[in-house]
Amino acid sequence: MSGEVFSDDEERILLAHGEGGRLMRRLIRQRIVAALDHGGVLGQLEDAARLPHFSGRLAVTTDSFVVTPLFFPGGDIGKLAVHGTVNDLAVSGARARYLTLGFILEEGLALSVLDRVLASIAEAARDTETQIVAGDTKVVPRGAADGLFVTMTGIGELIEPMLSGPAALQPGDQLLVSGPIGRHGVAVLCAREQLEFQPAPASDSAPLATVCHQLQRSLGANLRAMRDATRGGLAAVCHEWAEACGKSLVLFEDAIPVSSDVRGVCELLGLDPVHIANEGTMLLGVAADAVDEALAVMHAFPQTAQACHIGQVSERDRLPVMVRTRMGRTRPLDDPLGSPLPRIC
Amino acid sequence: MRYLDEFRDPVLAKRLVAQIRRSARRSWTIMEVCGGQTHGLLRYAIDVELEGVVHLVHGPGCPVCVTPLESIDFAQRLALQPGVLVTSFGDMLRVPGPHGSLLELKARGANVRVVYSPLDAVDLARRYPDYQIVFFAVGFETTAPATALAVLQAASENLTNFSLLVAHVRVQPAMEALASMPDSRVQGFLAAGHVCTITGYASYEAFVERYQLPVVVTGFEPLDLLHGIWACVRQLEVGSAQVENCYRRSVRREGNLRAQQLVGQVYQICDRPWRGWGIIPGGGLQLRPEWREFDAEVRFASLLESVVNEPSECRSADVLAGRIKPTECPAFAVRCTPDRPLGAPMVSSEGACAAYFRYRTACTWCDSLRDSAVADDRLRTTAQRVREDTAAASVRRGYHER
Amino acid sequence: MCLGIPGKVVRWLCREGVAAAAEIEFESVRRVCHMACVPEAEEGDYVIVHAGIAISRIDPQEVVRFQEELANSKLHDEWPLTETAGGELP
Repeated sequence: MSGEVFSDDEERILLAHGEGGRLMRRLIRQRIVAALDHGGVLGQLEDAARLPHFSGRLAVTTDSFVVTPLFFPGGDIGKLAVHGTVNDLAVSGARARYLTLGFILEEGLALSVLDRVLASIAEAARDTETQIVAGDTKVVPRGAADGLFVTMTGIGELIEPMLSGPAALQPGDQLLVSGPIGRHGVAVLCAREQLEFQPAPASDSAPLATVCHQLQRSLGANLRAMRDATRGGLAAVCHEWAEACGKSLVLFEDAIPVSSDVRGVCELLGLDPVHIANEGTMLLGVAADAVDEALAVMHAFPQTAQACHIGQVSERDRLPVMVRTRMGRTRPLDDPLGSPLPRIC
Repeated sequence: MRYLDEFRDPVLAKRLVAQIRRSARRSWTIMEVCGGQTHGLLRYAIDVELEGVVHLVHGPGCPVCVTPLESIDFAQRLALQPGVLVTSFGDMLRVPGPHGSLLELKARGANVRVVYSPLDAVDLARRYPDYQIVFFAVGFETTAPATALAVLQAASENLTNFSLLVAHVRVQPAMEALASMPDSRVQGFLAAGHVCTITGYASYEAFVERYQLPVVVTGFEPLDLLHGIWACVRQLEVGSAQVENCYRRSVRREGNLRAQQLVGQVYQICDRPWRGWGIIPGGGLQLRPEWREFDAEVRFASLLESVVNEPSECRSADVLAGRIKPTECPAFAVRCTPDRPLGAPMVSSEGACAAYFRYRTACTWCDSLRDSAVADDRLRTTAQRVREDTAAASVRRGYHER
Repeated sequence: MCLGIPGKVVRWLCREGVAAAAEIEFESVRRVCHMACVPEAEEGDYVIVHAGIAISRIDPQEVVRFQEELANSKLHDEWPLTETAGGELP
């Protein structure tokens, strides 16, 4: 519920912080640039960042990040933005190099909150060896935003040979998932709706760049496609891939890894983890004889140590995505309208 | 998870399927009363496993689906009042009312919030004393103790900003209505395990006596469902009609007396309209007069009005009564989908139509192309094929029955 | 309707009247659930939780009975599995 009155003496964002005067310059120089400028480009504060010469082909991605609450077990909006952007490039077969950062700040946001987000962005950028080179800050009146929104663009260099992508999936190709599913969505749902589970389930927000590059190097053309299973979860990615390749995808119900906390929460709330968002877990399509190698590569990295083989691509069937139940029957896997809600029925 | 995984064992499930097939010398029509059971049957493809032996008819057991439009309309009026926050379970908020669902109304400024438990709504009332918190109390006998407890907690803390919009329904009157329909095809009932956990099953003894239909109290996991179906088939094969408890780990004959006492303290039985059915005598619960101050219909009486009409094409009444399968409705998957539902059974995850759409025809690949003529054809073909499959299955069954 | 999930009673928090509550464990997470309807449950017992309240205590003896019945279910093979029972047209 909005309309909360702040009675503390926290320093807060004012509309003037976005109005181009001294207050704005101070905010940008003393907080944002001071926290984020590691390569010296951001600090030039020019209208456009000039980047060094690239030798290969480029990949670009952009994403906006809105999450309530801003901080949740396992992550926060800052980490989410950097990891999300870096992962989008990594699963496309590109190495992230430069990031841009757009903030929309709500009037009244505590500066200490902004500082925490900035520190988190700085840390994630260091971890992923990326550099923030351009940025923008706007302030909107109270109620026009929910604390703070982030928009991030990432520029990366494509790694040769390029990934063929989901359109190239063939019958017989196998599907792997890089870890237990549904952790981010469950963490945020529990935090937002104050469902009071103990210990609070934690998000899987993590960078996948290193493991993606290693997979590309080791598997070559046997690595067909990768996709981080964000909004809509595993089910949404499967539907997108089925549409892209015109084949059917079959998942083995038994094989899909779910962590025990996600399992407990999902059973209680009547949710299906395949529909719940991830932020550091991806779906992979690989050639049939590359399954073991792909698993071996992933098992060597902590964030993908629980990678599993969960399904396969088959000739186009009546249904684009199916689940093989434990009893050996197949049923359709649906792609729900919106985010799942706790149910009693 | 303990007490879940054991009851999902595929090997034992296969064995039970074989047992049912052995036991049945003809095809039987059994109704599972509870929408949670429908969900499980379709999710684990148990109806497919038993094709030709047991014809499962899906019952009215989705309280969200039978909540009358008038109540939804009233909830929506409340949600649009400044200073009022309407809370309910996630499934209720998606059900279409006369002006869209409560969640859609939220986009137009209504105050609506999902809660996991009615007691969480009481907690909101504690935390936001300036707001009137209304809990939209839907559900069968299973849920009534939780909402009764909410009223008692609010009363014990003198919370004046908490109230209930009560739409609770009772299962057994609906089963009576079904069993006495002249065109009913139902030969046996799987009674709802969690409802019976509260109410017990002694009251079904007169029911089986009167209608000569077996009633088997059944749980929700695959083995529970198969176990219940098997017991029902065995009774049918020997011509017996008794109450049998196949969910013994949770259900006792007398039910949960403590819960019954809580419910009796707060609620009394009333006649209630069921969406798609009309008034069912004794089909609902209402707050006792001494709890009037917690009744949203009393507190906000000035907002009560209006008669609202169902979309005429929706055949939910027939679906809920088990007269037709969802796929036999001409609008199914063509003009009526979870995205654009004509009636409640297509919305709630427990609604029979939604369960069929989800587990039998889900083809969102077509969804994304819905507006193009091609997709429309494809959707129609899917719906058509399912209808043909169902028709073929009935023909096979008919052959057997002759 | 009526999603009800078994959880283990880990710790009673309050045993009195309408405020009765206990910490219940579902797999590896815990949540406070209301216990007014199941006062007889002890720590270590499993209860079925629906909409945040426990509605019954699971009877472990009945679970054993159920499993034994399934294990011995060959005893119930009164009828042979005939071809016509499989749903195919004869």
